[in-house]
Amino acid sequence: MKVSDSAIARLRAAVESPDLEGSRYHLLDKLGQGGMGGVYRVEDSILGRQVAMKVVAVPDSTSSLADRLLREAQIIARLEHPGIVPVHDVGTLPDGRVFYTMKLVQGKRLDAHAAELGTIPERLRLVQKVCDAVGFAHARGVLHRDLKPQNVMVGPFGEVLVMDWGLSKIIREQEATRPSDSSPILSFVSIQDGTSHGSVLGTPGYMSPEQERGDNTAIDERSDVFSLGAILQFLARDLAHSANPVARPRALTAIIKKATAVQPSNRYQDVADLSSDLSAYLDGLPVQAYPEGVFVGIWRWVVRNRVWLLMVLAYLIMRTLLILWRSP
Amino acid sequence: MFPSPAQPYTPTSRHKCAAMSHDPNLDGRSGFPLTRGSMLIAARSDDPDDRRRALSALITAYWKPVYKYIRLKWNKDVEASEDLTQQFFTDLLERDLIKNYDPRKARLRTYLRVCLDGLAANEYKASQRIKRGGGLQFLPLDFESAEGEVKQLEIPAPGSEEDFFAREWARSVFELSLERLRKECETRNRQTQFKLLELYDVDEGGKELTYEQVAHQFGIKTSDVTNYLAYARREFRKIVLEQLQQMTATDEEYRREARALLGIDPE
Repeated sequence: MKVSDSAIARLRAAVESPDLEGSRYHLLDKLGQGGMGGVYRVEDSILGRQVAMKVVAVPDSTSSLADRLLREAQIIARLEHPGIVPVHDVGTLPDGRVFYTMKLVQGKRLDAHAAELGTIPERLRLVQKVCDAVGFAHARGVLHRDLKPQNVMVGPFGEVLVMDWGLSKIIREQEATRPSDSSPILSFVSIQDGTSHGSVLGTPGYMSPEQERGDNTAIDERSDVFSLGAILQFLARDLAHSANPVARPRALTAIIKKATAVQPSNRYQDVADLSSDLSAYLDGLPVQAYPEGVFVGIWRWVVRNRVWLLMVLAYLIMRTLLILWRSP
Repeated sequence: MFPSPAQPYTPTSRHKCAAMSHDPNLDGRSGFPLTRGSMLIAARSDDPDDRRRALSALITAYWKPVYKYIRLKWNKDVEASEDLTQQFFTDLLERDLIKNYDPRKARLRTYLRVCLDGLAANEYKASQRIKRGGGLQFLPLDFESAEGEVKQLEIPAPGSEEDFFAREWARSVFELSLERLRKECETRNRQTQFKLLELYDVDEGGKELTYEQVAHQFGIKTSDVTNYLAYARREFRKIVLEQLQQMTATDEEYRREARALLGIDPE
Protein backbone atom coordinates (compact mmCIF):
# COMPACT_ATOMS: atom_id res chain seq x y z
CA MET A 1 0.00 0.00 0.00
CA LYS A 2 1.51 3.31 -1.12
CA VAL A 3 1.43 6.13 1.36
CA SER A 4 1.81 9.62 -0.13
CA ASP A 5 3.18 12.65 1.73
CA SER A 6 -0.33 13.99 2.27
CA ALA A 7 -1.43 10.56 3.53
CA ILE A 8 1.45 10.64 6.04
CA ALA A 9 0.03 13.90 7.41
CA ARG A 10 -3.48 12.42 7.68
CA LEU A 11 -2.25 9.20 9.27
CA ARG A 12 -0.16 11.18 11.75
CA ALA A 13 -3.29 13.07 12.75
CA ALA A 14 -5.19 9.77 13.05
CA VAL A 15 -2.53 8.31 15.35
CA GLU A 16 -2.17 11.45 17.40
CA SER A 17 -5.88 12.13 17.93
CA PRO A 18 -7.03 11.12 21.42
CA ASP A 19 -9.16 8.01 21.65
CA LEU A 20 -12.27 9.21 23.49
CA GLU A 21 -14.23 6.01 23.05
CA GLY A 22 -16.26 5.30 26.17
CA SER A 23 -15.46 8.65 27.76
CA ARG A 24 -17.80 11.58 28.39
CA TYR A 25 -16.05 13.60 25.68
CA HIS A 26 -16.51 13.85 21.91
CA LEU A 27 -13.66 15.08 19.78
CA LEU A 28 -14.42 18.21 17.74
CA ASP A 29 -11.14 19.58 16.40
CA LYS A 30 -7.53 20.31 17.21
CA LEU A 31 -6.73 23.72 18.65
CA GLY A 32 -2.97 23.58 18.84
CA GLN A 33 0.19 21.73 19.62
CA GLY A 34 2.36 22.33 22.66
CA GLY A 35 5.58 20.87 23.92
CA MET A 36 3.89 18.11 25.90
CA GLY A 37 1.04 17.29 23.57
CA GLY A 38 -1.94 18.53 21.64
CA VAL A 39 -4.86 20.67 22.74
CA TYR A 40 -8.26 19.69 21.34
CA ARG A 41 -11.73 21.17 21.40
CA VAL A 42 -14.03 18.49 22.83
CA GLU A 43 -17.64 18.37 23.88
CA ASP A 44 -18.48 17.26 27.40
CA SER A 45 -21.58 15.14 26.74
CA ILE A 46 -22.70 15.17 30.38
CA LEU A 47 -22.57 18.91 30.96
CA GLY A 48 -23.32 19.75 27.35
CA ARG A 49 -20.53 22.25 26.92
CA GLN A 50 -17.34 22.57 24.96
CA VAL A 51 -14.02 22.45 26.81
CA ALA A 52 -10.36 22.33 25.82
CA MET A 53 -8.55 19.03 26.38
CA LYS A 54 -4.79 18.84 26.70
CA VAL A 55 -3.44 15.35 26.00
CA VAL A 56 0.11 14.01 26.03
CA ALA A 57 1.25 13.03 22.56
CA VAL A 58 2.27 9.47 23.38
CA PRO A 59 0.16 6.88 25.22
CA ASP A 60 2.46 6.17 28.12
CA SER A 61 0.81 6.96 31.41
CA THR A 62 3.93 6.01 33.36
CA SER A 63 6.15 8.53 31.63
CA SER A 64 7.57 11.71 33.09
CA LEU A 65 5.58 13.52 30.41
CA ALA A 66 2.34 12.22 31.92
CA ASP A 67 3.59 13.22 35.37
CA ARG A 68 4.31 16.69 34.10
CA LEU A 69 0.85 17.04 32.59
CA LEU A 70 -0.78 15.94 35.84
CA ARG A 71 1.46 18.26 37.77
CA GLU A 72 0.52 21.14 35.49
CA ALA A 73 -3.18 20.39 36.02
CA GLN A 74 -2.71 20.28 39.78
CA ILE A 75 -0.84 23.56 39.86
CA ILE A 76 -3.46 25.33 37.74
CA ALA A 77 -6.22 23.87 39.89
CA ARG A 78 -4.69 25.56 42.89
CA LEU A 79 -4.37 28.92 41.16
CA GLU A 80 -7.96 30.08 41.19
CA HIS A 81 -7.73 33.50 39.60
CA PRO A 82 -9.72 35.23 36.83
CA GLY A 83 -6.48 35.52 34.83
CA ILE A 84 -5.64 31.82 34.98
CA VAL A 85 -7.60 29.28 32.97
CA PRO A 86 -9.51 26.89 35.30
CA VAL A 87 -9.07 23.11 35.14
CA HIS A 88 -12.23 20.97 35.07
CA ASP A 89 -11.14 17.35 34.91
CA VAL A 90 -8.07 15.13 34.80
CA GLY A 91 -7.62 11.45 33.97
CA THR A 92 -6.40 8.80 31.58
CA LEU A 93 -8.01 8.07 28.21
CA PRO A 94 -8.80 4.55 27.03
CA ASP A 95 -5.65 4.63 24.89
CA GLY A 96 -3.51 5.23 27.98
CA ARG A 97 -2.89 8.92 27.44
CA VAL A 98 -3.11 11.29 30.37
CA PHE A 99 -5.27 14.37 29.83
CA TYR A 100 -6.85 17.29 31.56
CA THR A 101 -9.71 19.48 30.48
CA MET A 102 -9.95 23.20 31.05
CA LYS A 103 -12.16 26.11 30.17
CA LEU A 104 -12.32 26.66 26.42
CA VAL A 105 -11.00 30.16 26.00
CA GLN A 106 -12.58 32.06 23.15
CA GLY A 107 -10.20 34.69 21.93
CA LYS A 108 -6.84 35.27 20.39
CA ARG A 109 -3.28 34.72 21.48
CA LEU A 110 -1.56 37.97 22.40
CA ASP A 111 0.89 37.69 19.50
CA ALA A 112 -2.04 37.58 17.07
CA HIS A 113 -4.07 40.14 19.01
CA ALA A 114 -1.25 42.72 19.28
CA ALA A 115 -2.00 44.24 15.87
CA GLU A 116 -5.54 45.05 17.05
CA LEU A 117 -4.30 46.90 20.11
CA GLY A 118 -4.09 50.62 19.53
CA THR A 119 -2.48 52.97 21.99
CA ILE A 120 0.34 52.43 24.44
CA PRO A 121 -1.97 52.74 27.49
CA GLU A 122 -4.22 50.01 26.05
CA ARG A 123 -1.23 47.72 25.72
CA LEU A 124 0.12 48.51 29.15
CA ARG A 125 -3.24 47.82 30.82
CA LEU A 126 -3.23 44.42 29.16
CA VAL A 127 0.26 43.68 30.50
CA GLN A 128 -0.93 44.76 33.93
CA LYS A 129 -3.63 42.10 33.78
CA VAL A 130 -0.95 39.52 32.99
CA CYS A 131 1.05 40.90 35.93
CA ASP A 132 -1.97 40.43 38.19
CA ALA A 133 -2.27 36.73 37.31
CA VAL A 134 1.48 36.08 37.52
CA GLY A 135 1.72 38.02 40.77
CA PHE A 136 -1.07 35.87 42.22
CA ALA A 137 0.81 32.70 41.20
CA HIS A 138 4.00 34.04 42.78
CA ALA A 139 2.13 34.73 45.98
CA ARG A 140 1.11 31.06 45.92
CA GLY A 141 4.72 30.01 45.41
CA VAL A 142 4.46 29.16 41.70
CA LEU A 143 6.69 30.44 38.89
CA HIS A 144 5.42 30.26 35.30
CA ARG A 145 8.84 30.18 33.54
CA ASP A 146 7.45 30.35 30.02
CA LEU A 147 5.68 33.69 29.77
CA LYS A 148 5.43 34.90 26.19
CA PRO A 149 2.73 36.41 23.94
CA GLN A 150 1.83 32.94 22.65
CA ASN A 151 0.89 31.88 26.18
CA VAL A 152 -1.46 34.79 26.83
CA MET A 153 -5.03 34.68 25.55
CA VAL A 154 -7.10 37.80 25.13
CA GLY A 155 -10.87 37.27 25.19
CA PRO A 156 -13.52 39.19 23.25
CA PHE A 157 -14.30 41.40 26.27
CA GLY A 158 -10.67 42.20 27.00
CA GLU A 159 -10.25 39.46 29.58
CA VAL A 160 -6.71 38.14 29.79
CA LEU A 161 -5.77 34.55 30.62
CA VAL A 162 -2.28 33.21 31.24
CA MET A 163 -1.99 29.77 29.63
CA ASP A 164 0.41 26.82 29.47
CA TRP A 165 1.78 26.26 32.94
CA GLY A 166 3.67 23.17 31.74
CA LEU A 167 7.05 24.56 32.73
CA SER A 168 5.87 26.06 36.00
CA LYS A 169 7.89 25.49 39.12
CA ILE A 170 6.86 25.41 42.74
CA ILE A 171 9.25 27.46 44.81
CA ARG A 172 7.36 27.37 48.09
CA GLU A 173 5.55 24.08 48.69
CA GLN A 174 3.55 25.09 51.73
CA GLU A 175 1.96 27.99 49.90
CA ALA A 176 1.22 26.14 46.70
CA THR A 177 -0.38 23.17 48.39
CA ARG A 178 -3.07 23.07 51.01
CA PRO A 179 -2.36 20.78 53.96
CA SER A 180 -5.85 19.28 53.91
CA ASP A 181 -5.74 18.69 50.18
CA SER A 182 -4.26 15.29 49.34
CA SER A 183 -4.72 14.36 45.72
CA PRO A 184 -5.69 10.79 44.91
CA ILE A 185 -3.55 10.87 41.79
CA LEU A 186 -0.23 12.07 43.03
CA SER A 187 1.16 14.63 45.38
CA PHE A 188 3.38 17.53 44.52
CA VAL A 189 6.14 16.19 46.69
CA SER A 190 6.37 13.03 44.64
CA ILE A 191 6.73 14.81 41.34
CA GLN A 192 9.97 16.00 39.89
CA ASP A 193 9.63 19.21 37.96
CA GLY A 194 12.16 17.98 35.42
CA THR A 195 14.50 20.88 35.92
CA SER A 196 17.76 19.47 37.07
CA HIS A 197 20.63 21.93 37.05
CA GLY A 198 21.76 22.53 33.47
CA SER A 199 18.49 21.81 31.70
CA VAL A 200 17.25 24.79 29.73
CA LEU A 201 13.50 25.40 29.88
CA GLY A 202 11.76 28.37 28.34
CA THR A 203 11.50 30.21 25.04
CA PRO A 204 14.45 32.08 23.53
CA GLY A 205 13.76 35.80 23.42
CA TYR A 206 11.48 35.59 26.45
CA MET A 207 13.43 33.47 28.93
CA SER A 208 15.72 35.18 31.41
CA PRO A 209 19.52 34.91 31.14
CA GLU A 210 19.60 32.57 34.15
CA GLN A 211 17.14 30.26 32.36
CA GLU A 212 19.24 30.39 29.19
CA ARG A 213 22.28 29.36 31.21
CA GLY A 214 20.33 26.45 32.68
CA ASP A 215 21.10 27.88 36.12
CA ASN A 216 17.86 26.63 37.64
CA THR A 217 18.90 27.39 41.20
CA ALA A 218 19.01 31.09 40.31
CA ILE A 219 15.48 31.14 38.90
CA ASP A 220 12.96 33.00 41.01
CA GLU A 221 10.14 35.55 40.65
CA ARG A 222 12.51 37.93 38.90
CA SER A 223 12.87 35.44 36.03
CA ASP A 224 9.16 35.87 35.31
CA VAL A 225 9.65 39.64 35.65
CA PHE A 226 12.21 39.40 32.84
CA SER A 227 9.68 37.56 30.63
CA LEU A 228 7.01 40.16 31.39
CA GLY A 229 9.51 42.85 30.38
CA ALA A 230 10.13 40.96 27.13
CA ILE A 231 6.36 40.89 26.50
CA LEU A 232 6.26 44.65 27.11
CA GLN A 233 9.10 45.05 24.65
CA PHE A 234 7.25 42.94 22.09
CA LEU A 235 4.14 45.10 22.40
CA ALA A 236 6.10 48.36 22.26
CA ARG A 237 8.12 47.16 19.25
CA ASP A 238 4.97 45.99 17.52
CA LEU A 239 3.47 49.46 17.95
CA ALA A 240 6.63 51.14 16.63
CA HIS A 241 6.39 48.97 13.49
CA SER A 242 2.66 49.49 12.98
CA ALA A 243 1.03 51.54 10.20
CA ASN A 244 0.95 54.55 12.54
CA PRO A 245 4.26 54.25 14.39
CA VAL A 246 4.39 55.78 17.83
CA ALA A 247 7.67 56.86 19.40
CA ARG A 248 8.33 55.02 22.64
CA PRO A 249 8.51 57.40 25.62
CA ARG A 250 11.76 57.32 27.58
CA ALA A 251 10.07 56.34 30.82
CA LEU A 252 8.52 53.30 29.16
CA THR A 253 11.87 52.36 27.63
CA ALA A 254 13.37 52.60 31.11
CA ILE A 255 10.65 50.32 32.54
CA ILE A 256 11.38 47.72 29.88
CA LYS A 257 15.11 48.04 30.41
CA LYS A 258 14.76 47.59 34.17
CA ALA A 259 12.44 44.60 33.80
CA THR A 260 14.80 42.89 31.35
CA ALA A 261 18.06 43.67 33.12
CA VAL A 262 20.64 40.89 32.81
CA GLN A 263 21.29 40.78 36.54
CA PRO A 264 18.19 39.78 38.54
CA SER A 265 19.24 42.23 41.26
CA ASN A 266 18.89 45.09 38.77
CA ARG A 267 15.33 44.10 37.80
CA TYR A 268 12.07 44.85 39.59
CA GLN A 269 12.22 42.60 42.61
CA ASP A 270 8.69 41.37 42.11
CA VAL A 271 5.80 41.60 39.66
CA ALA A 272 3.93 44.05 41.91
CA ASP A 273 6.82 46.54 41.54
CA LEU A 274 6.63 46.29 37.76
CA SER A 275 2.85 46.63 37.77
CA SER A 276 3.11 49.61 40.11
CA ASP A 277 5.56 51.34 37.77
CA LEU A 278 3.20 50.71 34.85
CA SER A 279 0.35 52.26 36.86
CA ALA A 280 2.52 55.26 37.67
CA TYR A 281 3.39 55.66 34.02
CA LEU A 282 -0.27 55.44 33.00
CA ASP A 283 -1.21 58.03 35.66
CA GLY A 284 1.52 60.39 34.53
CA LEU A 285 3.48 59.95 37.76
CA PRO A 286 7.24 59.45 38.10
CA VAL A 287 8.32 55.88 37.56
CA GLN A 288 10.84 54.03 39.67
CA ALA A 289 12.83 53.00 36.62
CA TYR A 290 13.36 56.52 35.27
CA PRO A 291 14.86 58.98 37.76
CA GLU A 292 14.06 62.42 36.44
CA GLY A 293 15.69 65.86 37.04
CA VAL A 294 14.23 68.69 39.16
CA PHE A 295 12.96 70.66 36.17
CA VAL A 296 11.35 67.59 34.63
CA GLY A 297 9.72 66.93 38.00
CA ILE A 298 8.43 70.48 38.21
CA TRP A 299 7.16 70.34 34.64
CA ARG A 300 5.39 67.01 35.36
CA TRP A 301 3.79 68.62 38.45
CA VAL A 302 2.67 71.57 36.33
CA VAL A 303 1.21 69.33 33.66
CA ARG A 304 -0.61 67.18 36.20
CA ASN A 305 -2.06 70.22 38.01
CA ARG A 306 -2.63 72.35 34.96
CA VAL A 307 -6.35 72.79 35.55
CA TRP A 308 -5.89 74.13 39.05
CA LEU A 309 -2.94 76.19 37.97
CA LEU A 310 -4.92 77.70 35.10
CA MET A 311 -7.76 78.54 37.46
CA VAL A 312 -5.38 80.20 39.92
CA LEU A 313 -3.66 82.01 37.06
CA ALA A 314 -7.01 83.18 35.69
CA TYR A 315 -7.99 84.36 39.17
CA LEU A 316 -4.73 86.27 39.57
CA ILE A 317 -5.09 87.88 36.14
CA MET A 318 -8.67 88.89 36.89
CA ARG A 319 -7.64 90.22 40.28
CA THR A 320 -4.78 92.19 38.75
CA LEU A 321 -7.03 93.61 36.06
CA LEU A 322 -9.58 94.57 38.72
CA ILE A 323 -6.96 96.35 40.78
CA LEU A 324 -5.66 98.17 37.75
CA TRP A 325 -9.19 99.14 36.70
CA ARG A 326 -10.06 100.52 40.12
CA SER A 327 -6.81 102.34 40.57
CA PRO A 328 -6.94 106.06 39.66
CA MET B 1 5.29 -3.10 -0.79
CA PHE B 2 7.23 -4.93 1.85
CA PRO B 3 8.16 -8.58 1.43
CA SER B 4 5.24 -10.93 1.26
CA PRO B 5 4.68 -14.41 -0.10
CA ALA B 6 2.33 -12.90 -2.66
CA GLN B 7 5.21 -11.09 -4.27
CA PRO B 8 8.08 -13.52 -4.57
CA TYR B 9 11.47 -12.04 -5.12
CA THR B 10 13.37 -13.31 -8.18
CA PRO B 11 17.07 -13.57 -7.47
CA THR B 12 19.71 -12.54 -9.95
CA SER B 13 23.39 -13.28 -9.83
CA ARG B 14 24.36 -9.83 -8.62
CA HIS B 15 22.26 -10.24 -5.51
CA LYS B 16 24.15 -13.21 -4.14
CA CYS B 17 25.41 -11.35 -1.15
CA ALA B 18 23.21 -11.33 1.86
CA ALA B 19 23.69 -13.80 4.62
CA MET B 20 20.21 -14.35 5.92
CA SER B 21 16.89 -15.50 4.76
CA HIS B 22 13.88 -13.35 5.35
CA ASP B 23 10.93 -14.90 7.11
CA PRO B 24 7.90 -13.67 5.20
CA ASN B 25 5.69 -14.26 8.20
CA LEU B 26 7.51 -11.61 10.13
CA ASP B 27 5.79 -8.36 9.43
CA GLY B 28 7.27 -6.56 12.37
CA ARG B 29 4.98 -8.25 14.86
CA SER B 30 4.91 -12.03 14.65
CA GLY B 31 7.47 -14.05 16.52
CA PHE B 32 8.16 -11.48 19.23
CA PRO B 33 6.45 -10.62 22.43
CA LEU B 34 5.13 -7.08 22.30
CA THR B 35 7.44 -5.62 24.86
CA ARG B 36 9.57 -2.55 24.76
CA GLY B 37 12.76 -3.08 22.77
CA SER B 38 12.06 -6.73 22.12
CA MET B 39 13.38 -6.47 18.60
CA LEU B 40 16.64 -4.90 19.68
CA ILE B 41 17.11 -7.33 22.55
CA ALA B 42 16.54 -10.28 20.24
CA ALA B 43 18.81 -8.74 17.59
CA ARG B 44 21.67 -8.85 20.09
CA SER B 45 20.83 -12.33 21.33
CA ASP B 46 23.38 -15.13 21.17
CA ASP B 47 20.71 -17.40 19.72
CA PRO B 48 21.11 -17.17 15.92
CA ASP B 49 17.42 -17.90 15.35
CA ASP B 50 16.35 -15.05 17.63
CA ARG B 51 18.81 -12.75 15.95
CA ARG B 52 17.69 -13.72 12.46
CA ARG B 53 14.04 -13.15 13.26
CA ALA B 54 14.73 -9.84 14.97
CA LEU B 55 16.82 -8.60 12.10
CA SER B 56 14.12 -9.67 9.69
CA ALA B 57 11.69 -7.43 11.53
CA LEU B 58 14.24 -4.63 11.52
CA ILE B 59 14.81 -5.07 7.80
CA THR B 60 11.09 -5.02 7.14
CA ALA B 61 10.81 -1.58 8.73
CA TYR B 62 14.02 -0.08 7.41
CA TRP B 63 14.90 -1.53 4.02
CA LYS B 64 12.91 0.95 1.98
CA PRO B 65 14.28 4.05 3.76
CA VAL B 66 17.77 2.56 3.38
CA TYR B 67 17.34 1.91 -0.35
CA LYS B 68 15.83 5.33 -1.04
CA TYR B 69 18.53 7.03 0.99
CA ILE B 70 21.30 5.32 -0.98
CA ARG B 71 19.61 6.11 -4.29
CA LEU B 72 19.00 9.78 -3.59
CA LYS B 73 21.50 10.93 -0.99
CA TRP B 74 24.41 8.95 -2.40
CA ASN B 75 23.19 9.17 -5.98
CA LYS B 76 23.88 5.47 -6.68
CA ASP B 77 22.32 3.69 -9.61
CA VAL B 78 19.63 1.08 -9.12
CA GLU B 79 21.99 -1.89 -9.19
CA ALA B 80 24.52 -0.40 -6.76
CA SER B 81 21.72 0.73 -4.44
CA GLU B 82 20.19 -2.74 -4.35
CA ASP B 83 23.58 -4.30 -3.62
CA LEU B 84 24.42 -1.79 -0.92
CA THR B 85 21.02 -2.27 0.70
CA GLN B 86 21.60 -6.01 0.79
CA GLN B 87 25.13 -5.53 2.05
CA PHE B 88 24.04 -3.10 4.73
CA PHE B 89 21.66 -5.55 6.35
CA THR B 90 24.13 -8.38 5.91
CA ASP B 91 26.68 -6.30 7.82
CA LEU B 92 24.17 -5.74 10.56
CA LEU B 93 24.14 -9.47 11.13
CA GLU B 94 27.65 -10.53 10.21
CA ARG B 95 29.60 -7.63 11.68
CA ASP B 96 27.47 -7.32 14.81
CA LEU B 97 26.74 -3.68 14.07
CA ILE B 98 23.51 -3.86 16.00
CA LYS B 99 25.38 -5.12 19.06
CA ASN B 100 27.43 -1.94 19.08
CA TYR B 101 24.34 0.23 19.18
CA ASP B 102 24.00 2.18 22.42
CA PRO B 103 20.49 3.67 22.86
CA ARG B 104 21.88 6.18 25.38
CA LYS B 105 24.01 7.81 22.67
CA ALA B 106 21.65 8.00 19.71
CA ARG B 107 18.33 6.82 18.44
CA LEU B 108 18.43 3.62 16.37
CA ARG B 109 17.35 5.39 13.21
CA THR B 110 20.26 7.84 13.43
CA TYR B 111 22.70 5.04 14.22
CA LEU B 112 21.58 3.05 11.19
CA ARG B 113 21.84 6.09 8.94
CA VAL B 114 25.38 6.84 10.12
CA CYS B 115 26.36 3.18 9.52
CA LEU B 116 24.78 3.44 6.10
CA ASP B 117 26.78 6.57 5.28
CA GLY B 118 29.94 4.70 6.25
CA LEU B 119 29.06 1.80 3.99
CA ALA B 120 28.12 3.98 1.02
CA ALA B 121 31.27 6.08 1.44
CA ASN B 122 33.35 2.90 1.19
CA GLU B 123 31.50 1.37 -1.69
CA TYR B 124 34.64 -0.35 -3.02
CA LYS B 125 35.19 -2.31 0.18
CA ALA B 126 31.50 -3.13 0.27
CA SER B 127 31.62 -4.42 -3.33
CA GLN B 128 34.48 -6.74 -2.37
CA ARG B 129 32.39 -8.18 0.43
CA ILE B 130 29.47 -8.51 -1.96
CA LYS B 131 31.65 -10.57 -4.34
CA ARG B 132 32.81 -12.80 -1.50
CA GLY B 133 29.26 -13.41 -0.42
CA GLY B 134 28.37 -15.54 -3.44
CA GLY B 135 26.18 -18.52 -2.79
CA LEU B 136 24.48 -17.12 0.29
CA GLN B 137 20.76 -16.70 0.51
CA PHE B 138 19.75 -13.10 0.04
CA LEU B 139 16.90 -10.87 1.11
CA PRO B 140 13.64 -11.06 -0.83
CA LEU B 141 13.08 -7.32 -1.13
CA ASP B 142 10.77 -5.73 -3.67
CA PHE B 143 13.22 -3.19 -5.09
CA GLU B 144 11.03 -2.58 -8.13
CA SER B 145 8.31 -1.14 -5.93
CA ALA B 146 10.80 0.95 -3.96
CA GLU B 147 12.28 2.28 -7.20
CA GLY B 148 8.80 3.39 -8.27
CA GLU B 149 8.53 5.41 -5.06
CA VAL B 150 12.01 6.90 -5.49
CA LYS B 151 10.89 8.56 -8.72
CA GLN B 152 8.33 10.58 -6.76
CA LEU B 153 10.85 11.82 -4.21
CA GLU B 154 13.13 14.82 -4.25
CA ILE B 155 16.85 14.55 -3.60
CA PRO B 156 17.42 15.52 0.04
CA ALA B 157 19.05 18.93 0.39
CA PRO B 158 22.41 19.06 2.18
CA GLY B 159 21.76 19.03 5.90
CA SER B 160 18.31 17.53 5.59
CA GLU B 161 19.42 13.89 5.33
CA GLU B 162 18.13 13.09 8.80
CA ASP B 163 14.72 14.56 7.98
CA PHE B 164 14.59 12.64 4.71
CA PHE B 165 15.48 9.36 6.41
CA ALA B 166 12.96 10.05 9.20
CA ARG B 167 10.15 10.79 6.73
CA GLU B 168 10.85 7.64 4.73
CA TRP B 169 11.01 5.64 7.95
CA ALA B 170 7.61 7.09 8.95
CA ARG B 171 6.24 6.16 5.54
CA SER B 172 7.57 2.63 5.95
CA VAL B 173 6.09 2.26 9.46
CA PHE B 174 2.71 3.50 8.24
CA GLU B 175 2.76 1.18 5.22
CA LEU B 176 3.57 -1.82 7.41
CA SER B 177 0.93 -0.84 9.95
CA LEU B 178 -1.71 -0.41 7.26
CA GLU B 179 -0.89 -3.80 5.84
CA ARG B 180 -1.16 -5.39 9.26
CA LEU B 181 -4.45 -3.60 9.91
CA ARG B 182 -5.78 -4.80 6.57
CA LYS B 183 -4.98 -8.41 7.51
CA GLU B 184 -6.47 -8.04 10.97
CA CYS B 185 -9.65 -6.48 9.58
CA GLU B 186 -9.95 -9.36 7.11
CA THR B 187 -9.56 -11.87 9.92
CA ARG B 188 -12.24 -10.13 11.99
CA ASN B 189 -14.51 -9.61 8.99
CA ARG B 190 -14.22 -5.84 9.30
CA GLN B 191 -13.04 -4.99 5.82
CA THR B 192 -15.44 -2.06 5.61
CA GLN B 193 -13.73 -0.38 8.54
CA PHE B 194 -10.38 -0.71 6.82
CA LYS B 195 -11.74 0.57 3.51
CA LEU B 196 -13.13 3.62 5.26
CA LEU B 197 -9.72 4.36 6.76
CA GLU B 198 -8.23 3.92 3.31
CA LEU B 199 -10.79 6.31 1.84
CA TYR B 200 -10.37 9.06 4.42
CA ASP B 201 -6.75 8.83 5.55
CA VAL B 202 -4.79 7.13 2.78
CA ASP B 203 -6.57 8.30 -0.37
CA GLU B 204 -7.99 11.77 -0.64
CA GLY B 205 -11.46 10.64 -1.64
CA GLY B 206 -13.21 11.06 1.70
CA LYS B 207 -13.20 14.81 1.99
CA GLU B 208 -15.32 15.37 -1.10
CA LEU B 209 -18.07 12.96 -0.04
CA THR B 210 -20.80 13.44 2.52
CA TYR B 211 -21.34 10.79 5.18
CA GLU B 212 -24.59 9.87 3.41
CA GLN B 213 -22.76 9.27 0.14
CA VAL B 214 -20.08 7.21 1.86
CA ALA B 215 -22.72 5.20 3.73
CA HIS B 216 -24.55 4.53 0.47
CA GLN B 217 -21.29 3.53 -1.25
CA PHE B 218 -20.43 1.00 1.46
CA GLY B 219 -23.98 -0.13 2.17
CA ILE B 220 -23.93 0.90 5.82
CA LYS B 221 -25.91 3.30 8.02
CA THR B 222 -24.80 6.92 8.01
CA SER B 223 -24.17 6.83 11.75
CA ASP B 224 -21.87 3.84 11.26
CA VAL B 225 -19.45 5.78 9.08
CA THR B 226 -17.89 7.67 11.98
CA ASN B 227 -18.04 4.63 14.27
CA TYR B 228 -16.33 2.39 11.74
CA LEU B 229 -13.74 5.02 10.99
CA ALA B 230 -13.07 5.54 14.69
CA TYR B 231 -12.57 1.79 15.11
CA ALA B 232 -10.13 1.59 12.20
CA ARG B 233 -8.16 4.60 13.44
CA ARG B 234 -8.04 3.20 16.95
CA GLU B 235 -6.71 -0.15 15.74
CA PHE B 236 -4.27 1.58 13.41
CA ARG B 237 -2.98 3.69 16.30
CA LYS B 238 -2.46 0.57 18.42
CA ILE B 239 -0.54 -1.19 15.68
CA VAL B 240 1.70 1.80 14.95
CA LEU B 241 2.57 2.25 18.61
CA GLU B 242 3.20 -1.46 19.08
CA GLN B 243 5.63 -1.37 16.19
CA LEU B 244 7.39 1.58 17.77
CA GLN B 245 7.61 -0.20 21.09
CA GLN B 246 9.27 -3.11 19.41
CA MET B 247 11.77 -0.95 17.60
CA THR B 248 12.90 1.12 20.57
CA ALA B 249 15.07 0.14 23.48
CA THR B 250 14.02 2.56 26.20
CA ASP B 251 10.97 4.55 27.27
CA GLU B 252 12.79 7.74 26.39
CA GLU B 253 13.64 6.51 22.90
CA TYR B 254 10.07 5.30 22.42
CA ARG B 255 8.70 8.75 23.22
CA ARG B 256 11.27 10.46 21.01
CA GLU B 257 10.50 8.14 18.12
CA ALA B 258 6.76 8.50 18.61
CA ARG B 259 7.13 12.25 18.46
CA ALA B 260 9.30 11.96 15.36
CA LEU B 261 6.76 9.66 13.75
CA LEU B 262 3.95 12.07 14.55
CA GLY B 263 5.97 15.00 13.24
CA ILE B 264 5.93 16.79 16.60
CA ASP B 265 8.89 19.04 17.31
CA PRO B 266 11.18 17.70 19.99
CA GLU B 267 10.70 19.21 23.43
